[in-house]
Amino acid sequence: MIAFVVRRLVMGVFTIWLISVVSFVIIQLPPGDFVDSYIAQLAASGSVVSASEAVSMRELYGLGQPMYVQYGKWLSRVVTGDFGESMMWRRPVTEVIGDRLWLTLVLSFAALLLTWALALPIGIYSAVRQYSWGDYAFTLLGFIGIAVPNFLLALIIMYFSFRLFGANVGGLFSPAMQMEPWSLAKTWDLMKHLPLPATILALAGTAQLIRIMRANLLDELRKPYVVTARARGLPEWRVIVKYPVRAALNPFASNLAYLFPYLVSGSIIISIVLGLPTVGPLLVQALVAQDMFLAGTIVLLLGVMTVIGTFISDLVLMWVDPRIRHQMD
Amino acid sequence: MAKTNDAERYAVATQMQLTWWRFRRHKLAMVSLFIVALFYLLAVGADFLAVSDPHEGDARTSYIAPQPIHLFDDGSFRPYIYGLKGVRDVKTFKLIYTVDTSRKVYLEFFGHGYRYSFFGFDTDRHLLTLRDPRVTDGIHLLGTDLLGRDLWSRLMVASRVSLTIGLVGVSISLVLGVLLGGISAIRGGWVDNVIQRGIEVVRSLPTIPLWLGLAAALPNDWSVTQIYFAITIIISLLAWTDLARVVRGKFLSLREEEFVMAAELAGASQTRIIFHHMLPSFASHIIAAVSLALPAMIISETSLSFLGLGLRPPAISWGILLQDAQNIQTLALAPWLLLSAVPVILVILAFNFLGDGLRDAADPYG
Amino acid sequence: MAEPILSVRGLHTSFGGQEGLVRAVDGVDLDVFEGRTLGVVGESGCGKSVTARSILGIVDRPGRVTAGQIWLRPADGGTPVDIAALPEAAKRKIRGPEIALVFQEPMASFSQHYTIGNQITEAILLHMELDKQAARTRAIQLLDMVGVPQPARRIDEYPFQLSGGLRQRVMIALALACDPRVLIADEPTTALDVTTQAQILDLLRSLQQQRGLAIILITHDMGVIAEMAHDVAVMYLGRAVETGPVDEIFNRPQHPYTRALLRSIPTVMATPRTRLPTIEGSIPHPFNRPRGCPYHPRCTEKLGPVCETHEPPPIGTGDRQVRCFLHGGIPDDAR
Repeated sequence: MIAFVVRRLVMGVFTIWLISVVSFVIIQLPPGDFVDSYIAQLAASGSVVSASEAVSMRELYGLGQPMYVQYGKWLSRVVTGDFGESMMWRRPVTEVIGDRLWLTLVLSFAALLLTWALALPIGIYSAVRQYSWGDYAFTLLGFIGIAVPNFLLALIIMYFSFRLFGANVGGLFSPAMQMEPWSLAKTWDLMKHLPLPATILALAGTAQLIRIMRANLLDELRKPYVVTARARGLPEWRVIVKYPVRAALNPFASNLAYLFPYLVSGSIIISIVLGLPTVGPLLVQALVAQDMFLAGTIVLLLGVMTVIGTFISDLVLMWVDPRIRHQMD
Repeated sequence: MAKTNDAERYAVATQMQLTWWRFRRHKLAMVSLFIVALFYLLAVGADFLAVSDPHEGDARTSYIAPQPIHLFDDGSFRPYIYGLKGVRDVKTFKLIYTVDTSRKVYLEFFGHGYRYSFFGFDTDRHLLTLRDPRVTDGIHLLGTDLLGRDLWSRLMVASRVSLTIGLVGVSISLVLGVLLGGISAIRGGWVDNVIQRGIEVVRSLPTIPLWLGLAAALPNDWSVTQIYFAITIIISLLAWTDLARVVRGKFLSLREEEFVMAAELAGASQTRIIFHHMLPSFASHIIAAVSLALPAMIISETSLSFLGLGLRPPAISWGILLQDAQNIQTLALAPWLLLSAVPVILVILAFNFLGDGLRDAADPYG
Repeated sequence: MAEPILSVRGLHTSFGGQEGLVRAVDGVDLDVFEGRTLGVVGESGCGKSVTARSILGIVDRPGRVTAGQIWLRPADGGTPVDIAALPEAAKRKIRGPEIALVFQEPMASFSQHYTIGNQITEAILLHMELDKQAARTRAIQLLDMVGVPQPARRIDEYPFQLSGGLRQRVMIALALACDPRVLIADEPTTALDVTTQAQILDLLRSLQQQRGLAIILITHDMGVIAEMAHDVAVMYLGRAVETGPVDEIFNRPQHPYTRALLRSIPTVMATPRTRLPTIEGSIPHPFNRPRGCPYHPRCTEKLGPVCETHEPPPIGTGDRQVRCFLHGGIPDDAR
């Protein structure tokens, strides 16, 4: 059990390291060093950077030295929370990102919970009532969920809600609340706006998990232990929930662990369509404007967040599955 | 007697033949196969089917709503469309083009249009062209975009790009997947361990931010073709893991099978066992996995281009077409732009059904 | 002879699939007596297991019992009750305390997610008025009774931690948890090695002697029947083609199918290096159920066209019946 946790932890740290390398590569990728582009950008907006300033900046970021030294310097500043400055906004990256990272997390997590809450009962229903009308309806819905990329779904829902209700369904806050500091009222406002984007985000994953749950449960329902449980005189719902559902939960839970990165990814793209104040729109803006410190930092933070989320999912999985606990004893 | 013939036929059939026979019974999958084939056919003949140059438009005829083709004129088969006329807006004095129902423009089959190259042949023949059109006239089955470019023609050419990007991407993923999955299963031990952990790491990465970051870093001065291949490679770099897992799983379970053991005992070399005995017996599984990976590729490309970080204009792909439909103001003005979503959904759905059917056929007990 | 505890009359169970109706059990009559074992024998696919599940009322969808009665004599000796006609809630009260099931695959018959103690006490708590502690004590006693060593420790183990023979013992303990009067053992020893097989059969026999248990033993193994059964029902295509006391069946088999089954048992008396006789052909697919006597395409003693056109009725009295025209019952219009 401890070995399992340690292994996961080591994997997580390794993944974070890999993500940091990729983020660094992203920062470094544009041609020329970024001090050049920084100076060029400042020049375009009218300010001038003196030669000595440029030299001291190059010194600070270790430019001109081998790549690994630059990476080391960057990393040592990142761990202290100094992510550099956004060229586009002329402010520290952390300030620009602000609440957006947490809102991304809230959105992804809400979608994750929703996926659980929908996929589990629907999967059970579809398996137990195989080939019923409800099963067919959910199967159809599932195929739509799989076939319609979530940004398209967001677009279509936006269009129809605009057409039918004349309302803009985007955003995570009411316009009045947008600039307010955090308060109970603002949190409540967020809660009211969250369901729609979370549902759009959750649909594809839910569709997949319903299929997984249904298939696994159908397999389990045919197994002899279900017959013996019935032969014991248990009520039907208890037979199903206690035994086959329990067994089908394992593959379900292990697929759920991979869902989180997928949801974080998806949140980026639907945020752009629905205009949500997550890191998604910011990342795309930063990339288009080649504001690499901002972009690299967002990629890094998203990656770290995903790894932590996946790690927590793994712990939940371990708690659910007695076999993992026992193998480790 | 027919029965014994059947039995014999089954007894000597190869794995692939058996899979195909089982597959044919899947109606939905057969329909999907037909749809997929149709789309690839459209992609091949995209320029021939296009009615006007997908890259060129006349800004005067922007946002023309979809125009139907009228098949019969005066009771005889003479397909025509209505021409367009410029009307001055009374308030803004802008010249706006609208449908002129008083003027019929007749269609021509296999007429001359813009020049394009078809497998190396330079030609300007198209399925449908107009006879004696004015400059602003055009066949706009699905309407036009902001720059007055015909959506139907753009959709045809976009299908070619989006569908082939899926194929190329899957091919790269397949090579990576079979290679790494195979090595993982055959070598076992620490090699297997490293590759498996690697797969777990890749699977736990949030793909879209990484794709975006890498795609944004592509130099601006690259040509359309260079960007095309770079995007394909970026997408497939993170997409090979599922295929690798399928391949590894199949290798491991096949290794336990008697026929592999028999071949080993007969002294066959490892290469021969792999390529002659093992690969053919799970080729159908790979085909199924590939047809399930294809829609994911297509979605990836479409998403990237949709965000403006994948293919870039003047390239045309489904994602680029949908980019035009991104904001609600545009959609309110020209809802037909959302029609670009139809082929995306249709193809993804068809590939999913096809993959499901193939998987069931390849492994009726799994 | 005494009244049977359980008596099945005209049981029909069919599975309505996409391709048509399959009559898996097609008019089965059986009688089970206290302290006696009824052996139900037949090739795989003859409807033995479905009969067992039909008696318990737990046939998997899309299958269902379409006709017939299952009379169960109450413990206090009152008038028999047709349990097939009872509502679901009442049927559940019978599963476990009255009729219990032992299954062929001891590994698959347990859920791997709970300890064996959990699965045994679950039934006890459901049907008996005992608290958790008493239920646990009872479970340990049961494990001890079926010969599980160190029952107090084993009770907290998971099924995957036990050996195959031990698992089957636990399975029997689970079946006996609520003191049933009828035990249905569906191929209880098929998955076990020969030594363990003998031990499990011994256990069943001694339990029967101690508690006067009525056992329905379902098997394809004539050897197990000879060793265990008092009465035998030979099933073919969803129907009991011959019933009778075990000596009668083995010494004076009347149905050609029973005879063929008996011929196919290997014996040490046989002439060395001769082929073991097998039954020609295979069980027809239930969709292509032959007209007339279902056994006629494979029968070596076929009388004539009547076997292909008419179904033989049961001939004989009470505990000795056979469905074959060789023993009479040819209808007038076919003479």
